[in-house]
Amino acid sequence: MSITRRLFAGTAIAALALAGGAAQAQETVRIALVVKALGIGFFEAAAKGAEEAAAELGNVEIIYTGPTDTTAEGQIEVINALIAQEVDAIAVSANDRDALVPALKRAMDRGITVISWDSGVAPEGRQLHLNPSSNALIGNMIIKMAADNLPEGGQVAVLSASATATNQNTWIEEMNKVLPNYPGIEVVGTVYGDDLADKSYREAQGLMQTYPDLDAIIAPTSVGIVAAARAVEDAGKVGQVNVTGLGLPSEMAGAIESGASKSFAIWNPIDLGYSAAMLSYQLATGAAEAGPGATIPMGRMGTLTLDDNSEGAMADPFVYDASNIDEFKSIF
Amino acid sequence: MTDATRHIPDRLQSPAARALKSWESLLLAVAIAVFIVNSFASPYFLSAWNLSDATFNFTEKAMIAFAMAMLIIAGEIDLSVASIIALASTAMGAAAQVGAGVPVLVLIGLGTGLLCGAINGLLVTGLGLPSIVVTIGTMSLFRGISFIVLGDKAYTGYPPGFAYFGQGYVWWVISFEFALFAVLAAVYAVVLHKTSFGRAVYAIGNNPTGALFSGIRVARVKFVLFLLTGLMSGLAAVCLTSRLGSTRPSIATGWELEVVTMVVLGGVNILGGSGTIPGVVIAAFVMGLVTFGFGLLNVPGIVMSIFVGLLLIAVIALPRLWAMWRR
Repeated sequence: MSITRRLFAGTAIAALALAGGAAQAQETVRIALVVKALGIGFFEAAAKGAEEAAAELGNVEIIYTGPTDTTAEGQIEVINALIAQEVDAIAVSANDRDALVPALKRAMDRGITVISWDSGVAPEGRQLHLNPSSNALIGNMIIKMAADNLPEGGQVAVLSASATATNQNTWIEEMNKVLPNYPGIEVVGTVYGDDLADKSYREAQGLMQTYPDLDAIIAPTSVGIVAAARAVEDAGKVGQVNVTGLGLPSEMAGAIESGASKSFAIWNPIDLGYSAAMLSYQLATGAAEAGPGATIPMGRMGTLTLDDNSEGAMADPFVYDASNIDEFKSIF
Repeated sequence: MTDATRHIPDRLQSPAARALKSWESLLLAVAIAVFIVNSFASPYFLSAWNLSDATFNFTEKAMIAFAMAMLIIAGEIDLSVASIIALASTAMGAAAQVGAGVPVLVLIGLGTGLLCGAINGLLVTGLGLPSIVVTIGTMSLFRGISFIVLGDKAYTGYPPGFAYFGQGYVWWVISFEFALFAVLAAVYAVVLHKTSFGRAVYAIGNNPTGALFSGIRVARVKFVLFLLTGLMSGLAAVCLTSRLGSTRPSIATGWELEVVTMVVLGGVNILGGSGTIPGVVIAAFVMGLVTFGFGLLNVPGIVMSIFVGLLLIAVIALPRLWAMWRR
């Protein structure tokens, strides 16, 4: 059984390669954007970005699809249907890092380009993974947003999640590395709100009492940043203390409106979908090849550089402020 | 009483006419219609390999559906089947971590299934508890244990040979899973329709007290049915784990309702007493073909759920509407 199957697979790949070579000239490149589940604002926005890339490239058709709920089994059914349709590329935000690997391997065996984005797939199941950002870029962005509003320098404090939270600790570490680039900015302390709204609120209050001249609170957690903004509003310190960090536009719209937060950052799903489509196109048409150290262009988002695991970071976290919050608050 | 002679027919209609008007033929017509519509709707549908891929949408669920059909015919139900898959898969994953070989893994998967089935069976037949309540409880229990063991982690690293059950092919496009599905369909059809055990199942479903007084060991038959359902869930766990190559506690979430849907769509009376295995087989094909056909057209999943729901209501309501219209 395995010999006939292998023979068949071999000829199928050869046929596909031939067809691909001949068809490349003008045929439409069909890129499937597979998301965790349909009906989630974040992914709808990513699909909008992918459509934008398609419009820019011209001969691209985006198939936006995904299961009803966030299960690996549902995503595999979707991927099987896409393999059957002989799409040119599959770009997936995975519900399960490992369970999708056999199905995606089969897709690659049949000549389909496979990349993961947002939520990754184990390296053997994809050609590359697109991370929205990197730890170094996040660490830099959170201090930059605070410093940009303090041209004369000033005191900033960090409100983190828990003391053992890996993500937050890494970001704060990266932030401290680039601190010398922002002269005049002094980090006076770090407190932990454990990602609990009430504890974060009290810790933010404590910071303002301990450091009366505090100019900014950096909260690299979506729970902490909202709580800190409310603490600043309640203390009547809007305009004196600027809250910034990582947050969700839907939850931060109020803080931006009140002025408690001048700006904050998080990934931009539109850019993410756009980049995923651009990368899929590059690989599917053979214009670029994935592999450790490769650099692949992604249109207006610049170039993606891949590391040893064939992963790459798209860009700086995207900054949200009064100018764009209304557009994004309904998205995610 | 009148003394006029009354003609009593041997049977109400010819076997051919009966077969033609049966639930199974109605379903078969639906299946053929779905097949034809799909062939026209998508140029990719009529390909041996694609159709072979499509069978993976239902083979594992159908294995459980055969045992579930007998259980429902006997007037009981097991809503813990998807959780049994999760627990069996977790047990296999844990064993694979310490280096268990393929045969041991399969035995552990099937054994866990049997054990879970035995727990359900004991609670229902031993303590006389309603099966719907018991299995809602064990549904949370079995998956809960998986969650405690695994948390947000996953078991990977199954031995290479283990992939055969969910990814291997017996001959050409016939996958191991599909072959297993076909063999099990035949076995269950014979057991339910040609053996005294099968007749006991119908008798219990129609009238448990009557069955008991006819000398049928009702509790024992029911216990065996729970064991079988557990065993089939264990078997489905082997296939699904092998197909995914990994285990997470959320594996097979929501499958219990899909299995019950398959059984009911197959014409099994949810209150017990009637239904056939061929009906369940055709229902499995209908659900698999609909899901795959819609997938080929990139119809969003929620539309598929709506369609399957409408199909279920339509197939159940049509015969009744037909009967009302004829009166």
